[in-house]
Amino acid sequence: MTTYLLRDVSPLGEARTDLLLADGVVAAIGTGLEAPADAVEIDGAGLVALPGLVDLHTHLREPGREDAETIATGTRAAALGGFTAVHAMANTTPTQDTAGVVEQVWHLGRRAGWVDVFPVGAVTVGLEGERLAELGAMAESAARVRVFSDDGKCVHDPVVMRRALEYVKAFDGVVAQHAQEPRLTEGSQMHEGVVSAELGLAGWPAVAEEAIVARDVLLAEHVGSRLHVCHLSTAGSVEIVRWAKSRGIDVTAEVTPHHLILTDELARGYDPLFKVNPPLRTQRDVEAVREGLADGTIDIVATDHAPHPREDKDCEWAAAAFGMTGLETALSVVQETMVETGRMTWADVARVLSSAPARIGRVDGQHGRPIAVGEPANLTLVDPAARRVVRPQGQATKSENSPFGGRELPGRVVATFLRGRATVLDGAPVDEEVQR
Amino acid sequence: MKHLLSASDLTRDEAVHILDTAGQMAATQAREIKKLPTLRGRTVVNLFFEDSTRTRISFETAAKRLSADVINFSAKGSSVSKGESLKDTALTLQAMGADAVVIRHQASGAPHTLASSGWTHGAVVNAGDGTHQHPTQALLDAYTLRRHLVGDRGRADVSGRDLHGLHVAVVGDVLHSRVARSNVQLLHTLGARVTLVAPPTLVPVGVEAWPCEVSYRLDDVIVDGKPDAIMMLRVQRERMSSAGGGFFPSPLEYSRGYGLDARRLEALPEHAIVLHPGPMNRGLEISADAADSDRAVIVEQVANGVAVRMAVLYLLLAGEQSTTNRSAE
Ligand SMILES: [Zn+2]
Repeated sequence: MTTYLLRDVSPLGEARTDLLLADGVVAAIGTGLEAPADAVEIDGAGLVALPGLVDLHTHLREPGREDAETIATGTRAAALGGFTAVHAMANTTPTQDTAGVVEQVWHLGRRAGWVDVFPVGAVTVGLEGERLAELGAMAESAARVRVFSDDGKCVHDPVVMRRALEYVKAFDGVVAQHAQEPRLTEGSQMHEGVVSAELGLAGWPAVAEEAIVARDVLLAEHVGSRLHVCHLSTAGSVEIVRWAKSRGIDVTAEVTPHHLILTDELARGYDPLFKVNPPLRTQRDVEAVREGLADGTIDIVATDHAPHPREDKDCEWAAAAFGMTGLETALSVVQETMVETGRMTWADVARVLSSAPARIGRVDGQHGRPIAVGEPANLTLVDPAARRVVRPQGQATKSENSPFGGRELPGRVVATFLRGRATVLDGAPVDEEVQR
Repeated sequence: MKHLLSASDLTRDEAVHILDTAGQMAATQAREIKKLPTLRGRTVVNLFFEDSTRTRISFETAAKRLSADVINFSAKGSSVSKGESLKDTALTLQAMGADAVVIRHQASGAPHTLASSGWTHGAVVNAGDGTHQHPTQALLDAYTLRRHLVGDRGRADVSGRDLHGLHVAVVGDVLHSRVARSNVQLLHTLGARVTLVAPPTLVPVGVEAWPCEVSYRLDDVIVDGKPDAIMMLRVQRERMSSAGGGFFPSPLEYSRGYGLDARRLEALPEHAIVLHPGPMNRGLEISADAADSDRAVIVEQVANGVAVRMAVLYLLLAGEQSTTNRSAE
């Protein structure tokens, strides 16, 4: 295995130092480290070193929709985005609701080798919201599932939700809820408000999210369980989670990059690239989720990377699929919205994109670790001074449904290391090393 | 004007110009030979994804009276879930050399998508999209209002005039109505005051940004607002049984609160006129007395629709000429 000596990098944006990566771990830290004979030196001047990013919410589409993404293409995109671990959502075909399917996904992730793939297990059989899936079997499988979610659908039946919250306690699991009251959102196309009223698109009201978040934090309190709220998108949801945390309820929450930066105004052109679930909200909501992320009410940023083939977006709004890609732009969006606005430091970025998601997903033995001697060498080097124009066609993800096409974003992932092995160098994927 | 997608695309002067042109078109329609050679050799495609014989015939008549070739393309039955068909159909029409595409679609924004996609190079005219817009309906309503209520009630020349100072009440299912959205914008642009009247369940969240007033009480609006015109929107009986137990408890209760009957007709100012975009649900939003009274201009709206659509097609397809002609007059 190649030994890497990273010269003059700034761990978490702090004082410059050298990092020696050998045998899969951080072997030494200090200024002016002596390079071992076979080491590859990388000039890291101006680069920020972060623990490898961890995504708690990725749709890799395999098995079932390999026309949109495969585990190989999606994880290669993840590595380019600075990730070393992703949690693969359960809404595949077949659904990841048995030990067999989650193990298949886990194996495919290992074979691809770009990042560690942690399959999410479905809460209910076929995401139907009726009968609990074999949660225990998935937890005990080779994939060691800890995060359970019917994402794409809401576990709306309060009894099923209660049972799931209780049941996963046996193996320290967490239920990650896609909070969407189904009756309030039948046929919904976009955020319900001034813009939907004008565009004549059926509204997805904020209350449909907030009602479920409120119910779930109370359920979690009642049964003493751990709850995770996926892609929280409204000012009201931030308030509810803040209140729940102040009561000591064991809840964590995520926000997507797109909800940190985009608003429902973008629907005005009826371009389905901006159609996503939960929908883009108002500027007031954007402000609230930024504030919530900055003050810790929202624990993490998760991409909700949702690739779709072109034909699912190249049509009228109502016929288009919900979702946008995000793995290759997430870090840049966080830099623009949170770092460059002075709301967060790079240490905070490491928390919301690495250590906190690793802890929620219970993969914090390997990922989201401090940058310290002896720790696994899962690292990302970022050039915060770089600027780039997003070109969806040039991305590694198999799909082109990025909402940021043509937009200039700050920051560039220069290198990613998974247990000391470079998956990305000079901003390009290291295919041969991964294929080893 | 490259396309006509939304009433909000029109400035006051553009809208007045369309109404004036429609007036000229209407004048030609009184002649024995109604056909004008203006669009000879041009192709207008009526692309209807949603059934509407009335609107299709209106556009077809308008195009034919301008001597355009008309292709009727009914894509009915292609559901929204098969969105690809819009693209494929548009590419087919492009291959056929459509100069203008008149599109009616059940999905809000479909005409917008068609116009901005590059799938067709023709002018796109929105003939009604989902619950979004129906700009030619608003134009024909404005034309009708102007004819009756402006310039000494139609006795004087109204060209160049807008609807300044008029008060129009729009009553009914605003939530699902593209007619209401188009009218609020266009009537506001033309200087009229608009009051929307509906049960609260049929008013969209977000209406506060619209340039109009909102009332839940029709009788108050008639008595206190003294509208110069009242526009009744079609209410679909299905709305009673849709998601969430319906938008109103019963047709009877709806009629009692929001229907235009003989009593309310009587309470309107003497000069006030009654409009309805059709087709009417007699006995639900409008009683037979009101629909058939001499205050109702509903049948005339149909004729005005042809003149307005002639004007729109003419201005889109022979646009530059029209300005020259006007200044030469
Ligand atoms: Zn979701």
